[in-house]
This record gives sequence, C-alpha cells and structure tokens, in this order.
Amino acid sequence: MEHLPVLVVIIPLLTVPLCVLLDHPRLAWLAALASSWLSFAAAVGLVLQVSDTGPISYLLGSWEAPWGIEYRIDVLASYVLLIVTAMAALVLFAARESVRKDIPEARISRFYAAFMLAFAGLAGIVATGDAFNVFVFLEISSLATYALISMGKDRRALSAAFNYLVMGTIGATFILIGIGFLYMMTGTLNMADLAARLPEVADTRTVRAGFAFLAVGIGLKLALFPLHLWLPNAYAYAPCSVTAFLAATATKVAVYLLLRFMLQIFGLDFSLVLMPLDTLLLVLGLIGILSASMVAVYQGNIKRMFAYSSVAQIGYMVLGVGLATTTGITSAILHLFNHALMKGALFLALGGIAYRIGSTTIQDFSGLGRTMPWTMAGIVLGGLSLIGIPSTVGFISKWYLVLATLEEGLWPVALLVLIGSILAVVYIWKLVEAAYFGTPEGNPEIKEAPLSMLVPMWALVGANIYFGIHTDLSVGLASRAAAVLTGGAG
Amino acid sequence: MELPGLYNYWVVVFLMMAGFYVVISQGNLVKKLVGLGLFQASVFILYITVGKVSGGAAPIAVEGITSYSNPLPHVLILTAIVVGVATTAVGLALVVRIYEAYGSVEEDEIHAQDLVEDDISEDPPFTESEVGKQ
Amino acid sequence: MLIAIAAIRLRDLFAVVMLFGIYSLLTAALFMNLDAVDVAFTEAAVGAGVTTVLMLSALHLTRRWEDEPRHNPLLPLLVVTITGAVLIYATLDAPLLGDASAPVHQHVAPRYIEKGPQEVGMPNMVTAVLASYRGYDTFGETVVIFTAGLAVMLLLGIQEGPQAHRGRNAIGDQVVLKVVVKLLIPLILMYGLYVHFHGDFGAGGGFQAGVIFAAGFVLYDLVFGEGQARAVIPPNWLHRLAALGVLIYGGVGVVSLLQGRPFLDYSVLAHDPVHGQHLGVLLVELGVGITVFSVVLSIFYALSGRRRQS
Repeated sequence: MEHLPVLVVIIPLLTVPLCVLLDHPRLAWLAALASSWLSFAAAVGLVLQVSDTGPISYLLGSWEAPWGIEYRIDVLASYVLLIVTAMAALVLFAARESVRKDIPEARISRFYAAFMLAFAGLAGIVATGDAFNVFVFLEISSLATYALISMGKDRRALSAAFNYLVMGTIGATFILIGIGFLYMMTGTLNMADLAARLPEVADTRTVRAGFAFLAVGIGLKLALFPLHLWLPNAYAYAPCSVTAFLAATATKVAVYLLLRFMLQIFGLDFSLVLMPLDTLLLVLGLIGILSASMVAVYQGNIKRMFAYSSVAQIGYMVLGVGLATTTGITSAILHLFNHALMKGALFLALGGIAYRIGSTTIQDFSGLGRTMPWTMAGIVLGGLSLIGIPSTVGFISKWYLVLATLEEGLWPVALLVLIGSILAVVYIWKLVEAAYFGTPEGNPEIKEAPLSMLVPMWALVGANIYFGIHTDLSVGLASRAAAVLTGGAG
Repeated sequence: MELPGLYNYWVVVFLMMAGFYVVISQGNLVKKLVGLGLFQASVFILYITVGKVSGGAAPIAVEGITSYSNPLPHVLILTAIVVGVATTAVGLALVVRIYEAYGSVEEDEIHAQDLVEDDISEDPPFTESEVGKQ
Repeated sequence: MLIAIAAIRLRDLFAVVMLFGIYSLLTAALFMNLDAVDVAFTEAAVGAGVTTVLMLSALHLTRRWEDEPRHNPLLPLLVVTITGAVLIYATLDAPLLGDASAPVHQHVAPRYIEKGPQEVGMPNMVTAVLASYRGYDTFGETVVIFTAGLAVMLLLGIQEGPQAHRGRNAIGDQVVLKVVVKLLIPLILMYGLYVHFHGDFGAGGGFQAGVIFAAGFVLYDLVFGEGQARAVIPPNWLHRLAALGVLIYGGVGVVSLLQGRPFLDYSVLAHDPVHGQHLGVLLVELGVGITVFSVVLSIFYALSGRRRQS
C-alpha cells in the first residue's frame, strides 16, 4: 500500500515496453486496458489514503526530499489522478473498435504503447513533487501526444501535430527557463522546499521573471486564450479515441500545474497580489469563453466545434482561478472534474459516429437521431451538461462559478458567464436540429455504434447526471483541495 | 552590480532570442526545428552558467581538490539535451511525412492547401506570431 | 553568436544545418570551459553528431532550398524583443557568474559534492546524481528517448529486412575510405564500451556510450551502402532492444519495490548499500545505453531508408 504513489505511474509506464515486445494488436490492447484499470485502482486507493492520513510523501530511491526526487500526493493531486486514470481506463475500453479501423494493423500495438506513454506522462506530472521532474514527464506525454495526433487519417493531422510540437516545445522551454530562474535563486528543485524558500527572495527581479516564464509556458500547454491556436486542429484531426482522452485529461493536467505553481509554490500572495495574475487570468478567461464559444457556433466539423468549446471551458476554469477566492478555486477544480466527464462523453460519442459514418461534419448528422438513437441521446445529454442545465454536472460548476463571482460583487462577470452558456445552447441546438429534424440522406444502413463504445460513453453520461445530483464526493474533494491551496501555502 | 559577471547571461539571452526568433518568424519547417534547437541549446548554456564556481574543478572527485562546480545543473542539462534531440527527431519525422503529403515544407503553402480542403474555411488566418504574447 | 545570425539569414538549408552543428560544437567547448565535462561530451555527441546526421537525412528526403520569406518580421521581432527584455530584466538580480556564495551552491548541491562519492561509491558526482539521487529523472529521460523512437516508428514505419534497398550507397565506392572505416569501426565500438564502463570515474556513461555505438553503425552504413548495417542488426530487432533497455531500468526499480523499498532504491541490490548503489548505477546505465543505441540507430534507419518522393 505504501507504494501506491509510484505504482500509479509505473504500471502504465512499464506496460509500454511490454506492448512493444508483444507486438500483437489484441494482446497489446489487453495489456494496456488491464494496466490502466490497475492504475485507476491505485488512484482510488490514493484518494482514500489521502483523506485518511493527509498528504503522502514518497521518496524515490530513498533519498530525502531536496536531494532526491519526491512524489507528493495531496488532496488535489489524488483528485486529478483519479480523473486521469479513470478517463484512460474508460477510453481504452472504448478504443478497441475505432482503433482497429483508424490505425493500420501493423502499428496498432505501437499506438497503444504511445497511448500509455501519454497517460503515464500525465500521471507523472500530477504525482511528482519535483519541479524538474515535471518537465521530464511533460515531455514524455507531449512527445507521445504529437505522435498520437499525427496518426489521424487526414493529412491535416500531420500539420496539426507539427504545430503542436513547435508550440508545445516553446511552452516546455519557457517552463524550463522559469524553473531555471527559480533554481538560480533558491538552489532547490523540490516544490515544498521551493515554497518555503521563495518568500525570502520573492522581491528579486529574477524570481518575478521566472514566474512570468512559467505562466506563459503553462499557458501554452493549457491552450489559454490567446495561446490556444494549436488546439482546435490538433483535436479535430487526431483519431477519435485520442481526442477523447486528450480533451478529458491533457488540459486538465495543465490547469493542475497552474494551480500547483501559482498557488502552492509561489503562494497566493505572490501570484495574485505582487503579480497581477488574477486580473490577467480573469480577463483572458472571459475573452476565451466568449470568443471561443462564438467561433464554435460557426464550425461545420463537430469535432472542431467541441474543440473550440474546450477552449471556452478552459476559460471557465481560469476564470475561477482568477477570482482568487476559495469559492472561485473550488469552482475551477470542480469544473476540472466535470468538464472531463462531459467532454469525455461527447468525444466518445463522436468516436462512435465517426466509426459508423466516417465523418463528423454537421451535414452528415442529418437524421442520426433515428439511426443512432443511443449515441445521439448521449450527445444530447452531454450537451445539456455542457450548457449547464440543472441536475447535470455542468450546472454544478456554473453554479459555484457564478456564486464566486457574486461573492466578489462582480455581477457583470457573472452575466458574461451566462452569455457563454447561451452560446453553448446555440451550438448544441445546431447539432440537435440536424440530428432530429434533418432528413436522413441516402444511407439507411447506418447502425448504432458497437456496444463496446456505447457502454463507456453511457457510463460517463451517467456520471454526468449522478454527480449533478449527488455532489458530496466531487464538491467535497474540490472544496477541500481549494482550502488547502488558499490556506495552506505560504 | 558588476557588469562583467552578468555579461555572460546577456550573450546567452541574445542567443536564446535569436533561436526563438527563428522559430516564430520562419516559414520553413526544417528551419523552425533548427531554431528550436538553437533556443534550447542556449537555455542549456544558461543552466550550466549557473553551475559554475570560479576556481572550481569539474565535479569528479580527485584528492586534494576541495572546490567543485555544481554537478546538479549538469545532470539536469544532460536530461534536457536528450529531451531536445528526441523532440528534434520526432519533428523531423513529421516534416518528412508532411513533405510526402503536401509536397512542401513551407508553412504558408501548407496552410493554403489546408484552407482549400476545409469545407467551411471560416478559420481566422493562422498567425504563428501571436504565440509569445505575454 | 555570429553563427546564430548566419543561421537566420541563410536560405540554403544544408548550410544552416551545418552551421547548427558547428554551433553545437562551440557550445560543447563552452561547457568544457564551465567545468561541465559530461555535458560537453553529450552536447558534442548529440548536438553536433546525431542531430546533424538526422537533419541531413531529413533534408535528403525533402528540399534543400527554402523559399523567399513572405512573413512580415515585425510582430515576431516585437515578441522576441519583449521576451528578451524580460530575460535581461531577470538577470539584473541574478547571482554573478562563478560566485561561490550564490544560493545554487549553498542549499542542495554541497551534499552531492561532499557525500556523493561516499554514499554512492563513485567519484564522478554527475554520474552519482544522475543515476542515483535523481535516478528517477534519468528513468524518465530513457523513456523520453524511447518515446521518440516509438513516435518515429509510428510516423515512418519500419523498413523490414536488409533486402529493402540493397546496394544503394551514399558516398560511392571508395576503397581507401572503406579500409579506413573498417579499421575505425572496431575502435569506435571499443571506445563506446570504454566510455560506458568508465562513467563512474571520468566523464561519460550509458547515454554517451549508446550514442557512440550508434555512430559506429551509422558510419558503417554510410560508407558501405544502405542495407549493410541492417544486415548486422535488423531494424525490427532494434525497437525490441529499445524496449528491453527501458525494461532493464524499470526492472531494477521493480526489484527494489519487491524488496519492500521505494522504487529505484539500489541499496537492496547487494548486502552492502554502497555496493548496491554501484551495481544499480551500472545496471541502469546499461539500460540507458541499450535504449539510446537502438533508438538512435533505428531513427537513422527510418529516415535514411525512406525513398525520396518528389
């Protein structure tokens, strides 16, 4: 049990060489699936353990913290690990059929290996308590992600992957510069140690510049407006199962990094009082919500529509962080979880549609309400959750966000958040209109998506509704994590 | 503030920015990768500069020497160099595939071809240069 | 510095890549000067060697000449100037070069220097930190390399078997060259082994050794025509070797786990903790070396084995 923190990361990581050595599509899939469920079990164990005993520290190679590398799991980390591992487990469950169709057979086992690398990299970023280790695992997951995106069938997947590679590497290098400056001034790389030693030197220009570089670097990875340009194409042309996983996890981990660095290492006072990060995040978040939602309305490709919608949703999270109150941060963390549920469900459903009709443009959606009733019903429920209809998770996160803005007396912001929701109504309605009121063109042989894809999708749809009504678990964890972030850090 | 002690940093900053400029201004994909390499290599110099101790020796224990340069930045940069070459390799493989698919390695041409293909090409023109806005 | 400017101006990509190689060599020289021998070694082998060869192979598959730039350079220039200004601003409060009282040298580092040789049992502190104190980072690094190899394989596929392009020769038939290379290659491989096992005492280690080994094969392949090196080590074995390297490294960690100790705690590998450390470092370096060697070589195969398409 004491080894759980490292097991979450190591299990998927060691499955990778196994997948390559097996070199057999079905066995590789089984190995990946099994290890992702094991890793999920470990994450569940961690959540329980952390709520029992408080933060866990795990010393890799038994070297004490500032000298060796430490894994540190607190409430927030265990919560994000839970999201990442759960999404990986569900997406892999659904992936088999669509991967068999999207990827040439000879490459399937290597595809799963890359998938596991992206997954393990993300888990590693969350679990680690060492700033440089973040960079290493960030690059593992990024490199694997570039390869995964480029596996899309459209040749635009290649240019999208290349753009992401360039932007992602700039982002990672900025993070590296930022970490370098912090190291220069404190002489340590351990996060807790950094947090303890930074106040002494907080007034130096070097630390401030380091902060700026970290903020921009993470912003790039986060696809924070206006640094989001890589995201829509990357999501739109990647294979469906990859998009589902990335949309549900990759940007979430970037939000986690933002919280980790800005609130815990630098501390609330430094980030939000000394540096004007809160206003900046507030404004960028709002612009992001509105502009990305507007663009989403005009998209003809549904995958890209949801990709822009993701940029908008990142805006909501950043907005919550920018409010810099406990409620605001609670809403951000809550939305992290909820958005993973929604987008996971939506992209999995799209995967099912792409599997059957080979396209995700809105024209091809005509009449799908009749030919693929279960999939479309899933999309509608997921869409309702995206809009924020009561009794879905989307409502819960919007509720807390609006509450947080009103607490601060920022009612114009609350109004703008609601306008964002209305825009979501518009683009979801476009889909519904096409699917239920359009006439099916030609091919009546379109069948419902295979069961292996429907089950995980409906599990997520169910979670959307379950956690929309029973909020104890998600809200409880989120508010505890937020309390730690705003109160506990110096 | 003594200027000579900081001079080294400034040279590094200049190199870094030269690389960064190549990345965001050049349209040729191979050259972008070269720029990324320059950018990263300059960051490496920054780290190693930090680790230097005047009068120190290379961090390999030898009897009779007490002052060594700091080994930790060296370790970090060893890792970072590896990450850099890995990124370059993946980037090059992508460039080769892009060339095969589009017949070009110029960003503008590729983007133009993409726009034609988009069924509804209402995308705002893609400008790389918006990347670094702070 | 001049080289960097030249790299921006030139449009002959071949020359740009060459200049980049020279830039890396100069960087390596600078690292030497700053006491970073291990880093200098790696930068010379990787930056000047591997990267250049890979870039040239890729150029061979694409185009040598770049088009006239059409972008307006003002906006990027502005962004770069702002970023540069922030960096200069940052350095104003930074410790001076070589200042021994800077925080970097005060907090964590002294332990590596003072106790490293005793605790891990080897005089090269860089190797000690790399493979033991921060061994998990190095595990990550090995995985990064493996990821790159995997990504390239996913993108370009594997050329199966030596018969793929037999007889095509990159340089042409030159008897003298062949003889010289034949003499050189055993030396290169020997040197690679030396670098590998000497890493505890001097500069070097698994990573550099892997690169040197791969360089030996690349040279063989260049001079004797493609397909020759492939006959010695077929490409589809390479990625299995790479996976094996990662498994060796991870396996060491798992052994520590099974003994009830944290991941990558080498002290359980032998009765004497310092001995265990030594053994652990040796094993993980072996893993690193195997992975690096096979990934570098397989990326080279993948790039060079692909026919140019026009």
